[in-house]
Amino acid sequence: MTDTTTANPGASAAETTAASLDDGAPQDAAALLGLMWRIRLFEDEVKKFFALNLVRGSTHLCNGQEATAVGVCKALRPGDTMTCTYRGHGAVLAMGAALDRCFGEILGRAGGLCGGRSGSMHLTAVELGALGSNAIVGANLPITVGAALSAQHLGTGAVGVAFCGDGATNIGAFHESLNLASVWKLPAVFVIENNLYGEYSPVASTTPITRLADRASSYGMPGVVVDGNDVVAVRSVALDALERARSGAGPTLIEANTYRQEGHSRSDPATYRPEGELDRWLARDPIILLQNAMRAGPGSATDAEIEQIRSDAAADVARARDRALSWPEPAVEDRLKDVYA
Amino acid sequence: MSPALRGTEEAHKEINYRQVIARAIADAMAEDPAVILIGEDVGEAGGAFKSTAGLFEEFGPRRVRDTPISEQAIIGAALGAAMTGLRPIAEIMFADFAGVCFDQIANQVAKYRYMTAGQVTVPLTIRMSNGAGGGFGAQHSQSTENWFLNIPGLMIAVPGTVEDLYGLIRSAVRENNPVIVFEHKNLFSLKGSVPTGPDAIVPLGKAAVVRQGGDVTVVATQQMRHRAVDAAVQLSAEGIEATVIDPRTLVPFDDETIVASIADTSRLAVVQEGPPGGSWGASLVARMVTTHFELFDAPPVLISADETPIPYAAAMEAAWLPSVDRIVSEIRKQVGY
Repeated sequence: MTDTTTANPGASAAETTAASLDDGAPQDAAALLGLMWRIRLFEDEVKKFFALNLVRGSTHLCNGQEATAVGVCKALRPGDTMTCTYRGHGAVLAMGAALDRCFGEILGRAGGLCGGRSGSMHLTAVELGALGSNAIVGANLPITVGAALSAQHLGTGAVGVAFCGDGATNIGAFHESLNLASVWKLPAVFVIENNLYGEYSPVASTTPITRLADRASSYGMPGVVVDGNDVVAVRSVALDALERARSGAGPTLIEANTYRQEGHSRSDPATYRPEGELDRWLARDPIILLQNAMRAGPGSATDAEIEQIRSDAAADVARARDRALSWPEPAVEDRLKDVYA
Repeated sequence: MSPALRGTEEAHKEINYRQVIARAIADAMAEDPAVILIGEDVGEAGGAFKSTAGLFEEFGPRRVRDTPISEQAIIGAALGAAMTGLRPIAEIMFADFAGVCFDQIANQVAKYRYMTAGQVTVPLTIRMSNGAGGGFGAQHSQSTENWFLNIPGLMIAVPGTVEDLYGLIRSAVRENNPVIVFEHKNLFSLKGSVPTGPDAIVPLGKAAVVRQGGDVTVVATQQMRHRAVDAAVQLSAEGIEATVIDPRTLVPFDDETIVASIADTSRLAVVQEGPPGGSWGASLVARMVTTHFELFDAPPVLISADETPIPYAAAMEAAWLPSVDRIVSEIRKQVGY
């Protein structure tokens, strides 16, 4: 489940299907599954928005990466903070942001999380600890270092968590952030969502190591690799890292190996993927893995129970979508607000 | 800086531009426990220019933190801390190094409040030393305040005296918006008095009328403010009387004081330490001409540095900077228009 010694960048994805969720489904599996379904169905609706020309700009869907977002964010306590990437809808929803307000932001409506100012790449819900989704690769990492600095300085016991992609491990802000967090022993956790592609480029073409967690060793912190499609495993390593951070021992780097089932952005059909790769990963879809574990586990969830979780999520998502679509656009005068406090 | 330095018995004691930095930070830290200082060598070393000397000893390593040479992490961490309960002062040693952390300043610090529709406030002060004239070469001498003019969300302070530097640092730290305070390296030995009392806090957005005269309004900041005053004294001997105004902050900018003066003098000359393109001086001239064209009896003059990087050799650097002689000559020509 948790591999701290070798790289696991998806090459053997098909073989590991049966090995996932070694610990079985947890007590709250239904809640985890419901959240993952909400994220998946949310993203499916966002994709449809583009097909229907309801939205502008671009979007970056996290289909296939739900277990990483949910596993980490459901390990957090109130007061902890999280920053994420432009592929961050799942993480912000996992922090508890309302589906309708997330839809509303992507639709550019007044009721959106940021009043329609920000759009798909910047979902933010500060009161929930979702401190920001960032459209500049790696730029959220120093900001999480600062949140961790506040937590340490003020003695709040909170931890700052930052997600980044595999591509971000090659940008300066990543290295500066890990170094500073470690030298100050800040309560921070850095999570690489290794989905095998930095935009259109496979990770091997841009990065000379296969085990990205090894980068932790340069900064004197543990580097842990986990199956990012196994929500239970992700939560387990996240809890360990959070505990370490809260104890004053400093930050941890987690590499969650997962897969981007969609292209980089809405305009990318991802034709560069090797034949069969997507199918191998679809067989290890994080939702399927959890459902399988729930069926096999001590509670022996039935197909009907599992379908109920999905249909409840679908109903929530549809209602939230319709509410958001009914909201007005922001008043154009509001564009002048909040430049300064 | 010892605690005793802040005692009233020291009021009005002479202090220089470099020393008053630590004094202002110490007073801000004493006023608010949420204030911390982070930057390269700001702690035990007392700063690359000794402008933070004594703060580490007085406030300790938790509040005065030496950082690695990591400008992106310095600014990003200061931003994250500002959003979550602290009131950081982040130092970028030379203003030229702002290029290293431009994303954090331009895309993160400046936009965070706007993009979140006011979910956060960013009480962040960024200090950096700017300015030519010391022979530091092209990568350690720029006045980079113009780089930030096109980024709504930032405030920009350019103090030119000991009292203004003290007062603007204090205002910046109290401000609930990000403020960049530029400290001019070539003014470090400039003398002034130790500011005290509520009047010592200089508001952001309030220009200072340094000298009154009826023939021309000269607007200048920092090193150029002092050259403008010297030029005004020379011009006075020729019978040309100049008003010299130091805007003290570029964002917000005190247009009102400038307009009132132009209404009196009908002429505007702007002196700035940097190339003219995309500069605060060019913006000021454009703004005044487009909104108050009827006030002018002569075309405004923009006296700037060359459109080149800053050269090293003493004579070349001196020629790059607007000199007192050049200011005198340009204004003389304008008044004779």
